[in-house]
Amino acid sequence: MFKTIKTSQLQLFAMLAAMLLIVVFFSFATDGAFVSPRNISNLIRQTAIVGVLAIGMVFVIISAEIDLSVGSMMGLLGGIAAILDVWFHFPILLTVLITVVSGLVLGLFNGWWVAYQKVPSFIVTLAGMLAFRGILVGLTDGATVAPTSSSLAIVGQSYIPSGWGISVVALLCLGLVARVYTRRQARQKHGVENQSAKFEYAKATIAVSVLMGLLFILESYRGIPTPILIMGGLILIATYVAKRTSFGRRVYAIGGNIEATRMSGVNVERTKMLVFGFNGMMVAVAALILTSRLGAGSPAAGNMAELDAIAACVIGGTSLAGGVGAVFGAIMGALIMASLDNGMSMLDVPTFWQLIVKGMILLLAVWLDVKTKKAQ
Amino acid sequence: MKQPLLDMRGIIKSFSGVRALNGVSIQLDPGEALSICGENGSGKSTLMKVLSGVWPFGSYEGEIYFEGNLVKASSIRDTEALGIVIIHQELALVKELTVLENIFLGNELGSFARLNDEEMHRRTSELLARVKLDVLPDTPIRDLGVGQQQLVEIAKALNKNVKLLILDEPTSSLTTTEIEILLNIVSELKQQGIACIYISHKLEEVLALSNWVTVIRDGDHIDTRSAENLTQNDIISMMVGRELDELFPREEHDIGDVILKVNHATAKQAGASRAQVEDVSFELRQGEILGIAGLIGSGRTELMQCLYGSYDGNYEAEVELHGESLAIRSQRTALEAGIAMVPEDRKRHGIVPIMSVGRNITLSVLSQYSSWFGAINEDQESQDIDNYIAQLKVKTASSELSIKNLSGGNQQKAIIAKCLLTHPKILILDEPTRGIDVGAKYEIYKLMFALVKQGMSIIMVSSELSEVIGISDRVLVMHEGRLKGQFDHQGLTQEMIMNCAIKEDTANV
Repeated sequence: MFKTIKTSQLQLFAMLAAMLLIVVFFSFATDGAFVSPRNISNLIRQTAIVGVLAIGMVFVIISAEIDLSVGSMMGLLGGIAAILDVWFHFPILLTVLITVVSGLVLGLFNGWWVAYQKVPSFIVTLAGMLAFRGILVGLTDGATVAPTSSSLAIVGQSYIPSGWGISVVALLCLGLVARVYTRRQARQKHGVENQSAKFEYAKATIAVSVLMGLLFILESYRGIPTPILIMGGLILIATYVAKRTSFGRRVYAIGGNIEATRMSGVNVERTKMLVFGFNGMMVAVAALILTSRLGAGSPAAGNMAELDAIAACVIGGTSLAGGVGAVFGAIMGALIMASLDNGMSMLDVPTFWQLIVKGMILLLAVWLDVKTKKAQ
Repeated sequence: MKQPLLDMRGIIKSFSGVRALNGVSIQLDPGEALSICGENGSGKSTLMKVLSGVWPFGSYEGEIYFEGNLVKASSIRDTEALGIVIIHQELALVKELTVLENIFLGNELGSFARLNDEEMHRRTSELLARVKLDVLPDTPIRDLGVGQQQLVEIAKALNKNVKLLILDEPTSSLTTTEIEILLNIVSELKQQGIACIYISHKLEEVLALSNWVTVIRDGDHIDTRSAENLTQNDIISMMVGRELDELFPREEHDIGDVILKVNHATAKQAGASRAQVEDVSFELRQGEILGIAGLIGSGRTELMQCLYGSYDGNYEAEVELHGESLAIRSQRTALEAGIAMVPEDRKRHGIVPIMSVGRNITLSVLSQYSSWFGAINEDQESQDIDNYIAQLKVKTASSELSIKNLSGGNQQKAIIAKCLLTHPKILILDEPTRGIDVGAKYEIYKLMFALVKQGMSIIMVSSELSEVIGISDRVLVMHEGRLKGQFDHQGLTQEMIMNCAIKEDTANV
């Protein structure tokens, strides 16, 4: 997943170190309750929603734009899903399909204004933030839409049967090692210098053991939560899109230098619009998980979620100037944020302190980033 | 002998080992005007930056004495305090503020809390009268024409008690009447004892205005002469005066039929009074290298942008490629039609700095390696990258290195590789060797000849006259948006091009 560029590796290690620090700290502070299987299962389930939002957001930020409408859009799409489910009793697959397509349409709408009408994304999505929330309140008359059906509950509340879970993770590990191997081969063939085999395989081994450990812990509770499986799938797809498709390549190029990219004949307008469309779909998935978990569509759902998503991306090393960032980093950012939330809640830290600490962490993360970049 | 107002002695300024100024000395008395002439990139601007404090004391060799005292400026503010004010080609006025607010920007009268509006109003009216500008102090700058804005800049300088006024190409975007007004004002300022340094390509103005003319070429101080008895031709021959050296590896190649016809190309910025390209028509033959010369601002780059679909204003042109008419509306249509361009501004339009060399090279042709859902065949991509890096001798430690770490010449080669991957029939090179070391230049010239031998056609825009003559088969000269001359390279001299590019009257066509 990561190329030889030194900064991104430094960032990766910094993030892993921060994560480790947080885990160790809260484990001691809570007498080990933080790392109990039940809590870890909870923790990563909490990560799922912000994580999925961050997957979409990271593309937006890499292309040097921003999306502030994500929270309201998630509320609206979750509301739509709840309405379809509760009021009209649509079958679950149709509900999912309509919600995802709605997300795509809303995202493309944002993207069209940004890319073709040249309205700054800050403004377009600020307008969306207000309007989408308004539509949601209008649709639901300001009331909660509940209770959702048991089939919709599968999306956000169920667990994967253990046999399935184990085989999925095993496959993942195999795929990871195979990817490292084939990439080394390809690089060797084209005379590009490889990192030492020891280093790369050690990295892969660590990744595999983390996955295995996680699987073990989750299985000892109730199994892999479905939302985590969904997020995991989206991470793989999004990473592939970012790193290995022409679309992803163009997104990075646009964020790096939009003028040069345009001069290279890339259709920057269409690419930008698609980025917002993709983001809309991710928001739809997050909305489905949210509504399913709450068992209801609430007019206040997703309030301020855009800020969590942006913070996750930024903590994960995405540059607001564009051109730099990775899906995996954004997920790590989301995990760090969720761990802080979870750990502080367990310690009964008052909510106001939680907000203050999260704010400070965000500031610190970006400050460190700026510092290390300058030092180079 | 009386002390001169300004005395610059043996100024030497180097940029990473390359000498931009090589011992330039000028002297100037109050009430005198001195013009500095030289080709683009000869070192005029660098000299003015040294004088105005942009390059601080200690970053150059030599001394500057002003009113007999050694100048040790660390910024523009210091020289302004002495009374040296520079007015740049691009005006530095805040468009949304009024004339008064601009004149007093940063030097407001009154206390922090309460401005002394009355006094500022009175002073502004006085200053405007001095520069004969008949507008109210409360007029917003954006309502003024470029010429009037120029006068506001001068009024602003006068407000700072200017003793030495530097005008950097003040008339390049002015109309004839506006120029006349400006020249009159400068003459009056001279009579009031203000010295003036005038930088311009317009030799008529230079001769009309100045007491002295200094010519700089490649950073060398060629000569300073009294403007009396000096002719335009004298100045031009001092400006170019260099022999064509063996830098240009011209190779024989066959030139075929006309493949591109451009008729009535016109380009204008929205709201501008003057078109940047006005009714230009020309032809390009297969296997030909067509040079386009002209001063900066003559419309060369804009003409190329029309051809490549990247002009950011309104443009129109009848383009015929291989006998078929073609409407170029975007860079994409140009590339699809077989026209590729290496842009003038490498940093802004050429490279994506944080991306790797390889990825920059394949940016234009990603779809060639992509499956139906966009997955890139990395094997195929790497193969092309390797090939082109080898073929164009791009010197890089690895194709995965960020392109920003490469030297200018190697970045340029990578951009050319990007263009070549699109397999163009016509390659446009806008200032292909600007800021590039001699070795890389030579390689790029070699490559150009190799390409035309394969039947490609090249249009090269360049400010370097020796390059235009040394490389092109045919040369077009542009002047103020129009095509002013057309020359075959045989028997062509730099003087002929300069004459055509600078002088108002149409000669040598």
